[in-house]
Amino acid sequence: MTIEPRPPEGLRNWLLSDTPTSRNHARMAALYQSWLSFRGNQMAMFGLGILVVLVLVAAFAPLLAPHDPFAQDLMARLKPPGTPGFVLGSDSLGRDILSRLIYGARITLYIVTLVAIVAPVVGLFVGTVAGYAGGWVDVVLMRITDIFLAFPRLVLALAFVAALGAGIENAVLAISLTAWPPYARIARAETLTMRNSDFIHAVRLQGAGPLRIIIRHIWPLCISSLVVRVTLDMAGIILAAAGLGFLGLGAQPPTPEWGAMISEGRRFILDHWWVATMPGLAIFTVSLAFNLLGDGLRDVLDPKEGSQ
Amino acid sequence: MTQAPDANLLEVEDLWVKFPTRSGIFDAVRGISFSLGRERLGIVGESGSGKSMTGRAILRLIRPPGRVTAKRIDLEGQNLMDLSERQMRAVRGQRISMIMQDPKFSLNPVMRVGEQISEAYRLHADTSKAEARRKSLEMLEAVKIRDPELVFTLFPHEVSGGMGQRIMIAMMMIPDPKILIADEPTSALDVSVQMQVLEIMDNLVQDRGMGLIFISHDLNLVSAFCDRVLIMYAGRVVETCRADRLHEATHPYTRGLLNSLPRLDAPVDRLEVLKRDPQWRDEHSISGQT
Repeated sequence: MTIEPRPPEGLRNWLLSDTPTSRNHARMAALYQSWLSFRGNQMAMFGLGILVVLVLVAAFAPLLAPHDPFAQDLMARLKPPGTPGFVLGSDSLGRDILSRLIYGARITLYIVTLVAIVAPVVGLFVGTVAGYAGGWVDVVLMRITDIFLAFPRLVLALAFVAALGAGIENAVLAISLTAWPPYARIARAETLTMRNSDFIHAVRLQGAGPLRIIIRHIWPLCISSLVVRVTLDMAGIILAAAGLGFLGLGAQPPTPEWGAMISEGRRFILDHWWVATMPGLAIFTVSLAFNLLGDGLRDVLDPKEGSQ
Repeated sequence: MTQAPDANLLEVEDLWVKFPTRSGIFDAVRGISFSLGRERLGIVGESGSGKSMTGRAILRLIRPPGRVTAKRIDLEGQNLMDLSERQMRAVRGQRISMIMQDPKFSLNPVMRVGEQISEAYRLHADTSKAEARRKSLEMLEAVKIRDPELVFTLFPHEVSGGMGQRIMIAMMMIPDPKILIADEPTSALDVSVQMQVLEIMDNLVQDRGMGLIFISHDLNLVSAFCDRVLIMYAGRVVETCRADRLHEATHPYTRGLLNSLPRLDAPVDRLEVLKRDPQWRDEHSISGQT
C-alpha cells in the first residue's frame, strides 16, 4: 500500500470511518476502500495514468496539436525528431507526426469503445440464450461460436473487411464479429451455473417468460466477469485495429490512424526510422496500459482469481 | 370426484412424474390423486418420497427430461394439463404460487428486494412503476416488516433468513394467487423464527381465503398447522387423515414415522428405527380427494 501518513483531513477521515453514519456513507467508504486497494497496485495505476492522459489528449486534440494533422509541407518532408516545429519529426508528405498521433488517439479510442460495447453484448446474448435454453439451441449456437473461434482472429477480420469494404466502421464491425465468441463462452458458463438455482426457479414459478428471465435476471449476474474480460481484451482490440490499418483495410489515408501510419513509414524504415517507430510506440504504450489496468481491475473485482 | 368441480380449488387425479434414466424410467410420483379446498393441506414424507415433485408438477415446472402426466389437474375447473406453456405462465404466480425452502438461494443476489417484489407484481398486473412500488411496500408491511421503505432498497444478502422468507412470502402473495404451495418454507430457518413466519403465512392465507399446500417432513409442525394431511411414501399417498387425528394414524409407515420422533411426555431409551416394508411400495395410492 502506498498510503503515506498524512495529517488527518476531513474527507479522508470521513471515508475511512469505522462507524458510518448513513447508508450512503457506508457505500462511499466501501468504494473508497476498493479504490485504495486498486491504488496499491502500482502497475495498474501506471496503466490508468496513461489511459487518462490518452483520453485527455483525444478530447483536447485541437488544442494540443501543434499542426494540422492533414497539412502537407513537401519542403519539410521526413524531418528527424527534434527539428524545430516537428517534435517527433515529419512523415513523407511533411505532416507533423506528433499532431497525427494526437488525432490518431481519437480514432483508437473510437474503435476500442465501439468494439468493447458491441462484442460483449453480442457474446452475452448468444451465450446466455444458449446456456438457458439448452438442448439443440445450445448445440447450434455453441457450434457456431466454435467455428468463429477456430479462425485466427486477424485473418477472419480481414475476410470480413474485404467483404464489407475498407473503412473504420467496417473495421469496428469486423473486429466485433471476431471478438464475441470468448464472451459467449463465458456468459454460457455463468448461465449454466445459475439456470438451475432456486432464484431462477422462483422467477419461473412467478410466471416469467424465458426472455425476461435472461435479460432481467441472468444478464446482471454475468456482467462482472465480462467487464474484467473486456478490459483484458482491449489491448487485443487495439492491435487488431492497428493490424487492419497497417494492411490498408482499416482507416483510409489520410486519416491519421496509427496502424496506417506505420504502414506508410514502412517504406522508409531504414533511412527514416521515426516515421514508423513513433506510431508503433504509441500502440505499444496504449495496449500495455490497457493490459496493466485490466490486471489490476481483475484483482479488485474478482478476488478469487487475484494473484495475491 | 362426486362433487362439482368448483367446490374445490384444485383437483389432481392420477399424477405421475417420470424421469427417464439410463437404467430405465424412474417414477418420482406414482399416480397420486388429491383435492384441495380453501384449507391447509399438509404433505409429509421422508426425503425422496416425491412431495416436492408433486408441488412442482402442479405448476408444470419439472425440467426436461422429466415428464408429468395426469388424468387431470383441475384448477377451478380448468385442466392445467391442456394449457400451452404460454398460458401456463399466466397461471404461475397469479393463480398458483410457491414458496421455496431457502430464501438465501431463492432471491436474486444482484437485484434489490423491492425490485424483485415489484417485478412479481408487474408480471401479472399492467401497472405503473409507482403503483407497483406502493403495492410492494404495502405487501412488505403485511408480512410484518417494520421499515418497508428501508427493506425495499436492500439486497438479499443484507437481510436475515427470517426476513428473507417473509420477503419471499410477500413476493409470492402479491399477485393474489388462489393457491399457495409452500415447499418446506421453514426448514432453513431458526426454530425461533419458524413460528413467526408460519403465523404470517397462515394469516395471509386465511384472510384471502386461499388454499395452502404445505410440504414438510416435520410431522409435529404439520399436525399442528394443517387441516388435513397426506402421507407420502415412494411416490404414493399411503394414508390421508385429519391433521389433529394424525396420532391415531393406522398405516405402519405413518406409525413408524411417528414413533421415530422423540417425545418429551413419553421418553424412551432408544428411538425406534423406521423399518420399511417393500410391500408398501406396491400398494395402491390412496385417494386424497374429498
